Amino acid sequence: MLKIEQVYKTFNPGTINEKRALNGINLVLNEGDFVTVIGGNGAGKSTILNMIAGVYPVDQGRILIDEIDVTKLPEHKRAKYLGRVFQDPMTGTAANMNIEENLAIAARRGKKRFLGWGITGKEKEEYQERLKALDLGLETRMTAKVGLLSGGQRQALTLLMASLEKPKLLLLDEHTAALDPKTAKKVLDLTEEIVNKDHLTTLMITHNMKDAIRLGNRLIMMHEGRVIFDVAGEEKKCLKVPDLLAKFEEASGGEFSNDRMMLS
Amino acid sequence: MGPLINALPGSVAQGLIWGILAIGVYITYKVLDYADLTVDGSLATGGAVAVICITGGMNPYLAVAMAFGAGMLAGLVTGLFHTAFGIPPILSGILTQLGLYSVNMRILGKSNQAVSVDQYELLVSLRYIQEACITAGICCLVITLILYWFFGTELGAAVRATGCNQNMARAQGINTNTQKVLGLVISNGLVGVSGALYAQYQGSADVNMGRGAIVIGLAAVIIGEVVFGKIFHNFALRMLAAVIGAIIYFIVIAIVLQLGLSTNDLKLFSALIVALFLAIPYLKGRYFASTARKGGRADA
Repeated sequence: MLKIEQVYKTFNPGTINEKRALNGINLVLNEGDFVTVIGGNGAGKSTILNMIAGVYPVDQGRILIDEIDVTKLPEHKRAKYLGRVFQDPMTGTAANMNIEENLAIAARRGKKRFLGWGITGKEKEEYQERLKALDLGLETRMTAKVGLLSGGQRQALTLLMASLEKPKLLLLDEHTAALDPKTAKKVLDLTEEIVNKDHLTTLMITHNMKDAIRLGNRLIMMHEGRVIFDVAGEEKKCLKVPDLLAKFEEASGGEFSNDRMMLS
Repeated sequence: MGPLINALPGSVAQGLIWGILAIGVYITYKVLDYADLTVDGSLATGGAVAVICITGGMNPYLAVAMAFGAGMLAGLVTGLFHTAFGIPPILSGILTQLGLYSVNMRILGKSNQAVSVDQYELLVSLRYIQEACITAGICCLVITLILYWFFGTELGAAVRATGCNQNMARAQGINTNTQKVLGLVISNGLVGVSGALYAQYQGSADVNMGRGAIVIGLAAVIIGEVVFGKIFHNFALRMLAAVIGAIIYFIVIAIVLQLGLSTNDLKLFSALIVALFLAIPYLKGRYFASTARKGGRADA
C-alpha cells in the first residue's frame, strides 16, 4: 500500500542549522495496517509523514502509494490518496467556514472543482448523519463557523473530513497531543472506530507509549531518521512500556531518559 | 449645509462606482487574505482602456467589458509574480502597479485623455448624477449577486478555503496557487470595471487616477465592516457593506472638504483614517488580551 524506499531529507543543508531528518528510511505498509509510530524529538516522525503528504520534496529516494510513484507529485495532487489530521487542531479545518462547508470541501478531495454547487441538499443530510455518529452534538450546528468549535471538536471534525472520501492512507500526526486527557481519549476512541469501520491503512504518530501499544496491529520506533524497531501482531500485543524504553535506551545510548516520552 | 446637500448625490454616485473597486478589494483582502496593491495600477488601466475604446468608437458596454479583461490581465500578472516566482504578496502588487504606469501611458498615449459626454455615449457621467447612481447601483448589485453565486460553487469554496487556511486547502487537494491567481484575476477585473466607469463619470482617464485607490478600497471595506459587521452575516450583504462603506467614505470626504480641508490634504486624511481603522482591532485585541490572558484558554 505504502512503500518508502531509501528516503533522505536534510533541512538547511550547508548551514549551521543543518539537520538530517531522514536518513535512508525504508518502510512498507500493507493494506489495512494500522501502524503506530513512536520516537524521541527529532527522530523524523513528523518529517516522514510530511514527506508522504508532499509538504516538502525528498532529497533522495522514492515514495509509492498503492504502486503509484508520488515522489514528484505536489501536495495537492497527493491529497486524493491521503486523509490527514494534524497536531494543531487549527490546521485541519477552515475556521471562517462553517461545518458543512468544511465537510463539502473534504468530500471533493481528489475531484475536479468547477462551477457545480459547493454543497448540495443531499450532502447536507448525509453530513448530518455522519456528524450524529460522532456523538458530539455537531449535527445541530452544521452552519456554525468551525472557528467556534473546541480543539477536540475540530479534531473530530478533521478526522471525519479525512475519512469522508475513503483515503488509501490515513496520516495522523500526534493528533491528540494538543488536547486535554479526556478529550484526547474521546478523539482516540473515535479514531479507532473510524479506522476499524473502513479498514483504513493508517500511520499514527503518538508520544503516548501506552496508546502506541494498545492501538493498531503494528508499531515502529524511529531514531535519527530511521526505523530502528518494527513489531507486529502477537509480539506487539505483548509489548510493555518498559520494553519500549529499554529499546530506546539501547538505540540512543541513554539520552532518551530526558525525553518527554518518559512522561507517558 | 446647502453646498453639502448639493454635493451628496455626487458622493453617492462616486461611492457606488468605487464600490465596485471595494468589492474587488474585499475579495483579495478579506476572502483571500492578500493585500493586493495592484489596484492602484489596474484602476487606471480600466479607465484608460475604456476611454480609448469609447473614443475609438466602441460601444460603451463593450468598452467596460474590455476594461474588465484588462484588469483581469493585471491581476494575472500579480498572481504569477507571487505564485510562480515566489515574490511576496505586497511586493508582487507593487511591481505590477509600477509597471502598469508605463502600460497605461502607452494605452492613453499621453497622461490624460478626455471623453466628453457630449460627443460619446457614456454609461455614467457627473452631468447626469441621478442616472449615474442608478447605473452604478445596478452594477454593484449584479456583481454582488454573481459573486455570491460564485463563492457558493465548488471553485469559489476552494478560493475561500485557500484564503482561510492554506494547509487545510492543500490537504483537501486544492491547488492554492491557482486559487490565489483566480482571486486576484477576478478582483482586478472588477477594479478595471470600476476604473472604466469612473473615467466616464469624470469625463477623462488619467494615468494618476488610481493613485491611492487601494487606500480608498480598504477604507470602504473597513468602514463597511465596522458599521455593518455585527448585523450583516450573509456573504452577499458583506460585499454590499463594502459598497456602502465606499459611499460613506465619499460623504465623509465631502463633509471635510466643506469644513475647509484642502484637497491637497485629502490623501493624508484618507491614509490616517485607514490607519486608524486598521489599528482599532489590533489595539482592542491587545487591551483585551492583557486582561483575559490570566484566565487561560476556555476551550480545549
